[in-house]
Amino acid sequence: MSRTFKGRVITPGKASAEALVSRAGFNTLASYQMALLLNDKHVKCGDQNNPDLYKKSMIGKALCLPETIGSTTGGMVLYTVCSKNMQPACLLFSKSIDSLAASGAILAANWSDAKMPVIDRLGDDFLNYVQDGMKITIQEDGTVCVE
Amino acid sequence: MVLTEEQQAILGGKQGETMARIMKTLVMYGETFDAARMVPVTSEYGHTVISFGLGVMKPVYALYDEILSAGLTGKQKFSADPFPTDPHVPSNVLENIVFKLMYTEQRRYGKQLDELGLMKRNAYTCACYLPEVGNTPKRGDILSWAESSAVVYANSVLGARCNRNSGILEMMGSIAGCVPEFGFLTDDGRKADWVVEVKTSEKPEAQLLGSAIGMKVLAEVPYVTGLDRWLGADLNDPACAYLKDFGAATASNGSVGLYHIENLTPEAKDYGETLIRENAKHYIIDDAELRRVKDSYPCIWKNPEAKPKLCFVGCPHLTMEQLKDWTVKIENALKESGNKHVLIPTVFTSAPAVIREFRKTPYSERLSDTGVILSYICPLMYMDNPVCGKTPVITSSNKLRTYTSARYYTDEEILRKITKEGR
Repeated sequence: MSRTFKGRVITPGKASAEALVSRAGFNTLASYQMALLLNDKHVKCGDQNNPDLYKKSMIGKALCLPETIGSTTGGMVLYTVCSKNMQPACLLFSKSIDSLAASGAILAANWSDAKMPVIDRLGDDFLNYVQDGMKITIQEDGTVCVE
Repeated sequence: MVLTEEQQAILGGKQGETMARIMKTLVMYGETFDAARMVPVTSEYGHTVISFGLGVMKPVYALYDEILSAGLTGKQKFSADPFPTDPHVPSNVLENIVFKLMYTEQRRYGKQLDELGLMKRNAYTCACYLPEVGNTPKRGDILSWAESSAVVYANSVLGARCNRNSGILEMMGSIAGCVPEFGFLTDDGRKADWVVEVKTSEKPEAQLLGSAIGMKVLAEVPYVTGLDRWLGADLNDPACAYLKDFGAATASNGSVGLYHIENLTPEAKDYGETLIRENAKHYIIDDAELRRVKDSYPCIWKNPEAKPKLCFVGCPHLTMEQLKDWTVKIENALKESGNKHVLIPTVFTSAPAVIREFRKTPYSERLSDTGVILSYICPLMYMDNPVCGKTPVITSSNKLRTYTSARYYTDEEILRKITKEGR
């Protein structure tokens, strides 16, 4: 059984990937800093405060989250992750995107060659429905299919 | 988004391709948040969160090279976050080797900052708004800043207007001289989504209260009642220091960019409860809630019973009054315990400009006599060293706890540990 959700496109693109779900705010710096420093090819989440993601590999996943939280290095970190091809396949926000995640997505779109489509406003229902490991397919118009 | 003719021309390439991309980035940023227009940056100085030349962040420095080679610099000078290393902070040979391997871009980036417009040689601190540093915006100023603890302080305590911009974006706003008008730059964006009632039996620990509120409200704006009972109605030195630490915890444990404290912060004083949105959510904080939050912090030390090898106090950087207060408290506690020096290597961190002034006071020698090391370092950057990260470090900073393996204790607990218990 599959369900389809429609959100707003922040940076467009198509992607198909396995879901990785953070139920709480995603702390970009805390999640990526050790993976960047150790050049971890699995890009494991280093955020001890996020039990959903801690120590899980994030690279190439459809990262589903409510919003990002934490340091204002967040956008810069996301831009660096994209520039080094360590990014998730896409970012899918249930809420409206926050300023730091938006900065990272926009910097990556304008100043790197990385592809990381970003969609927000998918709704609480999306985050309640999606589970780790589900298959996610997204379209350029912001349609997200979860199966 | 409606742009002026000049902004439109820049977007079209009038000032070159790189400047056009900077403007495009800022416009996309604004459009994402339904900004109607760009507004001029009016503060005297900017502030950048990026102070470190990490080898793994090469794409950032390559981007800045591109900007500089296009002949672009900030329209305003700026301060920067704390320096990532300081030889006075204890570290062993292996840690020093790793520091060298990590910060391979420090010299390159320092040169870039100078060229982009660093306000003075030693303008490296997260607490740039402290009077000794000289980057204190006025109420109503529009800022292009990043550094979560500085942004929340500028918005809440100083009444300036700044969004939670990311590193790089803040520099682009300073270069363009304008930022998109949305969020905390608008009156509506400064209204409170939450009423937080503080009902504790004693003055709550700033960094614990901030953590609880940050985790609850995330990016929304809290209007905090009951705190003026403990802080008074004047933004004096102790109140400002408290709000600095409180705000840093709200911003790092959640993503708060603005808070109002009833009867204390400027907008709460002027507009009172009219700042609260209809149907605002409520959160009550009592002793039990603070205890619950503190108990929820995980300890990720390999051996949770390990003896602490280092203690950091001062994230965000300490104020002059905090340095003096800590000096007296440590002296008294050492006297009580019969110890001459702190029992755990302890580093206090503050802005270079504050340290310079502190050194002129008699407290400086007194603090030094207790064995405490005074440094301008960013403890977070220190702990980012994977070898240092394995060291059992304790701290009273909830921000440092959030981003590293450092273990959080209240100020009182830290004092006891470093002067009496040694563990």
